[in-house]
Amino acid sequence: MSKSFLSVEGLAKRFPAPKGGKPLTVFEHVNFTVEKGEFVCIIGHSGCGKSTILNVLAGLDEASEGAVIMGGREVKGPSLDRGVVFQNYSLLPWLSALKNVTFAVRARHPDWRREKVTAHAYRHLEMVGISDGAEHRKPSQLSGGMRQRVSIARAFATQPELLLLDEPFGALDALTRGVIQDELLKVWGETHQTVFMITHDVDEAIYLADRILLMTNGPFAQVAESVEISLPRPRSRDAIVEDPRYYRIRNHLVHFLARRSKEMSGERRREPGARPTTVRFDAEGEPPAGGPRLYAVND
Amino acid sequence: MTMPLRLQAAILSLALLAVGLLAWEAAVPRQTLATELTELELLMGMGAQRAGVPPPSAVFERAVTMLSDPFYVRGPNDKGIGVQLAYSIWRVLAGYGLAALIALPLGFLIGMSPLAYRALDPFIQVLRPISPLAWMPLALFIIRDSQASAIFVIFICSIWPMLINTAFGVAGVRKDWLNVARTHELGALRTAFTVILPAAAPTIITGMRISIGIAWLVIVAAEMLVGGTGIGYFVWNEWNNLDLTSVIFAILVIGVVGMALDAFFGAVQRAVSFSE
Repeated sequence: MSKSFLSVEGLAKRFPAPKGGKPLTVFEHVNFTVEKGEFVCIIGHSGCGKSTILNVLAGLDEASEGAVIMGGREVKGPSLDRGVVFQNYSLLPWLSALKNVTFAVRARHPDWRREKVTAHAYRHLEMVGISDGAEHRKPSQLSGGMRQRVSIARAFATQPELLLLDEPFGALDALTRGVIQDELLKVWGETHQTVFMITHDVDEAIYLADRILLMTNGPFAQVAESVEISLPRPRSRDAIVEDPRYYRIRNHLVHFLARRSKEMSGERRREPGARPTTVRFDAEGEPPAGGPRLYAVND
Repeated sequence: MTMPLRLQAAILSLALLAVGLLAWEAAVPRQTLATELTELELLMGMGAQRAGVPPPSAVFERAVTMLSDPFYVRGPNDKGIGVQLAYSIWRVLAGYGLAALIALPLGFLIGMSPLAYRALDPFIQVLRPISPLAWMPLALFIIRDSQASAIFVIFICSIWPMLINTAFGVAGVRKDWLNVARTHELGALRTAFTVILPAAAPTIITGMRISIGIAWLVIVAAEMLVGGTGIGYFVWNEWNNLDLTSVIFAILVIGVVGMALDAFFGAVQRAVSFSE
C-alpha cells in the first residue's frame, strides 16, 4: 500500500467559522491511492469537495490537514509533473491553439530548439484531431469541443506523470463528448500516463476508468468506496453494455449517488485512517457482501 | 444601388463638409480695404465696424503657403508650422515617455500587490483630479526651465490614466490564466511577460490611448503659458498678431495631429486585443 504511485493521506478541508457561524468541514479523512498508469474517476455530488481535492493534487490549493505523496515525495505547490485540464479549458485566448501547446512544451523543455517544440506540439494536436489549419486559430474561433481537445493536447504534451481532469467534458454535447472520450482513451493508451478525473457522468466513468472513487455528500464528505471496473480493455461502447457487469456497476453507482451518498453524509461515520471500501463486480456471482441489491437504472 | 456603407458614409461626410464650408464662406461679409473707401466714407466711419472671421478660402490659401514651406526658421517669432509642431510633439512624447516609464512598472506593482494598492491609492486619488496646469508655477519654480516645465506638465497629466489602467488590467487577469502559469512552473518574470502582460495589454493600451489624448490637449495650453515654441505658442502668437487665418489653420492642424496620435494607439489596441 505504501508503495503506491500517488497516496492521499488524511486530507481535510476546513473553513474557519464566519462571524456568528459554525466552522465548515467540507471533507475529512480522505484516504486513497492511485497506481501508476491507472485511470481513476471520482464521482460525488456538487459541494462534496471533488474539485478541491483535485486542486490540492494539482498544488493549486492547500488542504487544511493531511498530505499528498506522489512518487515518494510530498506534493507542495504546482508542478509540471501534474498536468491539469480545467472544465473551462483555461486556454490563453491571445494565443493560437498551436501556440497554447508550444507555450506548455517550452515550459517543460526550455532547452529544446524551436522546430522540435513545434513538431512535438503538432504531434499532440494531431492525436486529438486538431489539424488542417485549425491549429492556427485562436480559442475564440474554436468550438467548445475543439477547445477542450487543445486543452487535453496541452496537458499531454508536457508529459506529466499525473494528469488531472476537472470535469473536462461537462460543457460539451453528448456526441462531441463521446468522440473526445475516445481520443482521451487513445492518448492515454499510447502514453501510459496516470489519470485522475472528476466527472458527474456515471456512464462516462464506467467507460473510461479502471476504478471509480465514490464520495459522500458534504459537509464532512469522505471517499466511501472504490469501485473496480473490471471490464476488459479496449472497451467499446456497444460491447460493454452487453457485459453482465455493466449494469450491476451502473446500478451500484446510481444507487450510491441517489441514496447512499446522502445517508452516509453529515456525520463523522468513519475512522480517521479508514480506507474506502473496495467493491468489485465479478463476471459471475453475487454482488459483494453488504452491497446493495439491484435498482432500476433510472432510479 | 447597393453601395457599401463605408462609401455612403464617405459621400455624406464630403457633402456635409461642402455645405459647412459654403455656409461659412457665404456668412463672412466682404471686407473692403481702407484704400477702396471714399473720403466721405472714411470721415463717416462707414467701413466695417468689426473685423470679420476669415473665410475658408483664405484659410485654405494660408494652408497652402504654410505647408509649402513648413520648416523655415526666420528668428524666434517666425518659424514654420512644421517646426512648431515638431516642438510640441517632442514635448508630448518626452513627457509621455517618462510617464510610461514610471506608470507601467508601478501599475504592475499596484495591480499585483493589494498592499501597494491600498498604500498608494489615497495619493493617486488626491493627485489625479488636479488640473495639470495647476502644477505649472511650482514646476517653473523648482525646475527653473520653461521647456522642462512644459514636459513635466505633460508627464503629470499623462501618468494617471496609464497608472490606473495598468493596475486595473493587471489586477483583473483571470485566475485561470495565472493557474496555467503556475501549473507550468513559470517564474515570476516569465509569468509577468507571457501571461499577465498579454492578458492586461488591452486595458493598458486603453489607458495609454486616453493619456496621449489628454497630453495633446494639455500641451497647447501649456505652450501658451510657457511661450517660445510649439503649436500652442504659435496659436497665441498669431492671436497677438491678429492673424486669425493662421489661428484657424493651426486649430485644424492640432485636430489632425491629435487624430493621428489616437489612430496610432487605436491600431496598437486592435493588435493586442483578443476575444474570449
